[in-house]
Amino acid sequence: MSWVTKTLNSTLGRKLLMALTGLFLILFLVVHLAGNLQLLAGDGGEAFNIYAQGMAVNPLIRGVSIINFILILVHIVYAILLTQHNKKARPIEYAVTNPSANSSWASRNMGILGTVILIFLLVHLRGFWYRLKFGSPDKVNIDGVEYDNAFIIVEEAFKNPFYAGFYVLSMVFLAFHLYHGFGSAFQTIGLNHKKYSPLIKKVGIGFAILVPALFALIPIVLYIQSL
Amino acid sequence: MILDAKIPSGPLAEKWTKHKFNVKLVNPANKRKYEIIVVGTGLAGASAAASLAELGYNVKAFCFQDSPRRAHSIAAQGGINAAKNYQNDGDSIFRLFYDTIKGGDYRSREANVYRLAEVSVNIIDQCVAQGVPFAREYGGLLANRSFGGAQVSRTFYARGQTGQQLLLGAYSALSRQVANGKVKLFPRTEMMDVVIVDGKARGIVTRNLITGAIESHSGHAVLLCTGGYGNVFFLSTNAMGSNVTAAWRAHKKGAYFSNPCYTQIHPTCIPVSGDHQSKLTLMSESLRNDGRVWVPKTIEMAEKLRKKQIKPKDIKDEERDYYLETKYPSFGNLVPRDVASRNAKYVCDEGRGVNETGEAVFLDFRDAILRDGEDLVRSKYGNLFDMYQQITGENPYQTPMMIYPAVHYTMGGLWVDYNLMTNIPGLYALGEANFSDHGANRLGASALMQGLADGYFVVPYTVGDYLANLPIQKINVDHPEFKKSESDVKERIQKLLTINGTKTVDYYHKKLGKIMWNYCGMARSADGLIKAKAMIKELKSEFWSNVKVLGTGEELNQSLEKAHRVADFIELGELMMDDALNRNESCGGHFREEYQTPEGEALRDDENFAYVASWEYKGEGIEEELHKEELVFENVKLTQRSYK
Amino acid sequence: MNLTLKIWRQKNQSDKGGFKEYKVTGISEDMSFLEMLDVLNEEMSEKGEDPVHFDHDCREGICGTCSLFINGRPHGPQQTTTCQLHMRSFKDGDSITIEPWRAKPFPVVKDLVVDRGAFDRIIQAGGYVSVNTGGVPDANEIAIPKIIADEAFDSATCIGCGACVAACKNGSAMLFVSAKISQLALLPQGQVERRERAEKMIAQMDAEGFGACSNTGACSAECPKEIRQSNIARMNREYYAASVVTENV
Repeated sequence: MSWVTKTLNSTLGRKLLMALTGLFLILFLVVHLAGNLQLLAGDGGEAFNIYAQGMAVNPLIRGVSIINFILILVHIVYAILLTQHNKKARPIEYAVTNPSANSSWASRNMGILGTVILIFLLVHLRGFWYRLKFGSPDKVNIDGVEYDNAFIIVEEAFKNPFYAGFYVLSMVFLAFHLYHGFGSAFQTIGLNHKKYSPLIKKVGIGFAILVPALFALIPIVLYIQSL
Repeated sequence: MILDAKIPSGPLAEKWTKHKFNVKLVNPANKRKYEIIVVGTGLAGASAAASLAELGYNVKAFCFQDSPRRAHSIAAQGGINAAKNYQNDGDSIFRLFYDTIKGGDYRSREANVYRLAEVSVNIIDQCVAQGVPFAREYGGLLANRSFGGAQVSRTFYARGQTGQQLLLGAYSALSRQVANGKVKLFPRTEMMDVVIVDGKARGIVTRNLITGAIESHSGHAVLLCTGGYGNVFFLSTNAMGSNVTAAWRAHKKGAYFSNPCYTQIHPTCIPVSGDHQSKLTLMSESLRNDGRVWVPKTIEMAEKLRKKQIKPKDIKDEERDYYLETKYPSFGNLVPRDVASRNAKYVCDEGRGVNETGEAVFLDFRDAILRDGEDLVRSKYGNLFDMYQQITGENPYQTPMMIYPAVHYTMGGLWVDYNLMTNIPGLYALGEANFSDHGANRLGASALMQGLADGYFVVPYTVGDYLANLPIQKINVDHPEFKKSESDVKERIQKLLTINGTKTVDYYHKKLGKIMWNYCGMARSADGLIKAKAMIKELKSEFWSNVKVLGTGEELNQSLEKAHRVADFIELGELMMDDALNRNESCGGHFREEYQTPEGEALRDDENFAYVASWEYKGEGIEEELHKEELVFENVKLTQRSYK
Repeated sequence: MNLTLKIWRQKNQSDKGGFKEYKVTGISEDMSFLEMLDVLNEEMSEKGEDPVHFDHDCREGICGTCSLFINGRPHGPQQTTTCQLHMRSFKDGDSITIEPWRAKPFPVVKDLVVDRGAFDRIIQAGGYVSVNTGGVPDANEIAIPKIIADEAFDSATCIGCGACVAACKNGSAMLFVSAKISQLALLPQGQVERRERAEKMIAQMDAEGFGACSNTGACSAECPKEIRQSNIARMNREYYAASVVTENV
C-alpha cells in the first residue's frame, strides 16, 4: 500500500476526505445558489436561461461539474465506509442512551440527513438536469440567440405543491446537515483555534440557515406566483 | 542475625558516588541474559522496570490493576521535593537531607536519606525530559512552592495532580520498553508468593485475576514495589486495591518487616460522613499554605455549629481558636503532618469539633480570598475546591472547608539495606514498600521523590552489583520450590472458598480497621495495644472459620482477591500492635500517650529507641522476633523537634 | 432513598449476558455511586449471590479505573468519574440502568468490567519521549512558555478511563489519543519524535478497531477531565503533516 492510500484509508484520512469534499460542496452550493436566484429576477427567466446555457457549454464549467459529481460520490462512498467502520466499533449497543445530554441531534444524524439529501439530489437531477441534458426542452429566443428554456421547466415543476413542498423540506434537512457539517469540516482539517473557531462556528450557523433558506425561497415564490 | 545495612564508609556526601564506583557492573552482552521481576507499577516499580530495561535487562512487570498507569502513586496531589535551589532561598542537598531526617524524627538512616536528597535533582531533570508538564513561571522556568512544613520552596508540582503526571511519565518510559520488547507486562496479575531457592529470591507465584490461573515466574532478582499498607485501617486515603500482600508474603518467607507501627495520619482529609464510607479523600496539604485551621474557642459554640444553629461565618475572629498559629507561631498552619493531625484530634477530643460527628476542624480560605482575590485562590486550588464540593456538596469559596486526619502513608515496610535489598538476597523493596527513608514521619512531597529515586537512580546500580555475582543460569519453574509455592497458594485459595461462613470479607476488614484506628491510630497506649492485639487474634480465628467467599478460583473473583488481602492485613495488624508496644517512646507517626512532654508533644527516647525495629516471622502462632538496627547519627544532632 | 437497579450481568467474555434487576434501600445521598453498589454487593454476598463485579480503585477521581455507563451516559449524570458521582444526583424511587463500556476494543471481562488494554497498546506505539534514565539536560535548560506548559498540562490530565470511547456513538478513541499526541506535540521535549509518534499511535488506534470521529463533541462533554476537542484538531494536523513530511513510505 502506498503512503497515500495508507493515509487516506486511515480513520483520519477518511475523515479528511469527508471534510474536503464537504467543503467543496459547500462552495458549490454558493455558486449554484447565485445562479438559481436569477429565477427570481422577474424577467420571465431570461437571465436564468442565459446562465443555464452558459453553464452547459462552458468547457471549464463542464469539467468542474464532472469533478463535482465525483466529489459527491466520494463524499457518499466514504460516508458509507466510515459508517460501516463505526458500526463495527460498537457491535453491542447500549440498552439505554441519553445522547442529547452530550451532543446535538444534527451531529449524530449526519448519515440520515445525508441520505435524505441524496434522495433529494436524485429527484432534483431527474427533474431538471436530466430533462435539460437528455430530454427535448422547449427553446426560447433571447436577443436572436436560441436557448433551452430551463426556466419554464422549473416554473412548471414548482406549480405542484407537493414537489415544491418536497424541495422546501429537503432544504431543512440540508440546513441541519450544514449546521454540523460546516464547523465539523474545519475541525477535521485541523482548524481549531481560540481566535478563529468561534467565528467559523458563527459563519457556519449563518451559512446553514441562509443558504438553504434562499434555496427554499425559490420554490415558495414560484409556487405562489403560479397561484 | 545482625542487620548489616551495608552503608559505604567515608564522608556522607561522598558515600553514594563512591558506592556507585565500587559496585560491580554487568557486561552489556550479559544483561540480556538476566531476568528481573518487578512487582507493582507505581512510581517505584514503573521507573525501576523502565530503567532496568533500558540498561538491557529483561524485565517482567506485574500489577493487579488493569493497567500500570492506574497504580496508586497517581493519586498524589501536592508535589515532589528536589534540592534544586532554583528559588535562591537557601536550599541545598544538605538542607533537604537535614529536613527529611528531622521531619522523620531521627528514625531514619543518614546515608539513605542523604542519597535521596542527592538524586532528587536528577529526578526533576528526568521527568522534564520525559515531557512531564510541571508548573512554570511566566519566564518559562519551573515554578516551586513551599510545602508541608518546609521553609524553602523546593516543591515542584503539576497543579494538584503531580503524582499523576509523574506516574504517567514513568508509565510512558515503561510503555516504551514494552514496545521494545524488553519489558513483558502482566496486568491484572497479583503476586501470591515469593519463591526462594538456596536462600535467594528466584521468582514469584502469581494469580491471573481474570482466569484465576496460578503461574510461576522465574527470575534472577525480585523487586517489590508494592506500596504501603494503610488499608489495614480499612478507611484510609489509599486506593481500594492497595494492599500489603506482596510484602507480607515476602515477610513470611523470611524478609524482615521494619517499623510497622509508623503510620502517617494526614491532617487534611475530608471528614467521615457515615458508616457506608469506603475510603477517605485527601485534600492536598498545599491547602495549608493559604488556609487557616481553626475551631471555636468554646465547646458551646462548637455544639451550636454541630447542630447547625449557627454558621461558621457567624463566629467572630476573637471567638475562633487558630490553634496551630497560636501554639506554633513560627510554623503556624505549616507544622508537619503528625503535629497538625494530633492537634486536630486534641481539639476534637475537647469537644470542639465542628461537624455532626464532632470529628472535623475548619480550614478557612476567607482571609486568602480577601487578600489575593478569589481568582488567584482558584488558580492555585481550583481543582481541589471542586473536588471538595463534589464530595461534600459545600462550596469552599463561601464556607470554610472541614477537614480531619486520615491514614495516608506508612513509613514502615520491608527492611532493606543501602542497596534496597531485603535480608533475602535478590529480593528488593522500593518506594513505600520499604522502610528506609522517612523514619517515623514523612515530609510532604517526599513520597514521590523516594519512589522515583529508588526506581530511576538507585536500584539500576545496586541490582547490577548483585547480579554480577550471580550465575546466569535460570531456575526452571518446575523446580520443587516453585511447585511447593504454587500448591501452597492453591491450598489457601481452596481454604478461603470452602469456609463458607456467614460474614463477608468487608465485614472483617471494617472490624479490623476500627481496632487499628482506635488503638493504633493517632494515639496509642500500652493497655490499648495489648487489648487490641487480643482482639485481632480473635478476629483472625473468626475470619478463618466464618468468612464467606463466593464464587470459584477460576474466574474474576473480587471477593476472593479481597479475602487474600484482608487475611494478610489481619496478621500485619497484630505485628503493628507488637511494634507499637515495643516502642516505648513517641516519635513522628507513633505517639504513645505515656510518652509526651508536659505540653503534649511527642517525647522521644533516643538513648533506648534510636533503632530500626525489624521483625522476623517465626511461624504460625509464634511471636515474631525483634532485630534491632541501631541508627548512627554522625552528621546531624538529635534535637527535640520544635515548630514553635 | 430506595432505588431500582438494572445491571448488566455477564459471567465471562464468552457469556452472552443480560440485565438483572435489583432493589437497594436506605441509600444516603452522601454516598458515592460506588458505595451504593458496595451496599448492594454486601447484601448479595450475605444472601450467597455472586456480587456485581465492577472496576474501581482510587475512588478519588484520578486513577481512571471506574467505568460505568449509567442511565445512558458514561460516569452518569455529572461530568465526573463514577467514583466521584454522589447519590445526591439521584432521587428516591429512581430506576438506574448500569451497563459496561461498549466498544469492540473494550471486551467485557465480567459484569461491568471491561478490558481497556487497547489504550496501553496505543501508548506503547509512541506515547512517550524516547529518553533513557540519566544523561538528560538540567530541567531549567528547557524554558517553556507558561501558556504552552499549561495547555500541555490540560491535555496530560487524561486519566485513560475510556469515557470518551463509551460516549462516542462511533466508539472512537480520538480524544484519548489526541490528548497524548497534543501534550507531546506542544512541548519542546516531544518535537523530535513528533511526526512518527502521530503516525504510529494512529495506526495502532485504527488497528484496535476504534471508530472514526464525527465531531459530535460527546467525548469532551463527558470527559471527567474536560479534555477539549481542540486536541483532536491538533492530532489531525499532526497526522496529515506527518503523512506528507515523514519519509516512511
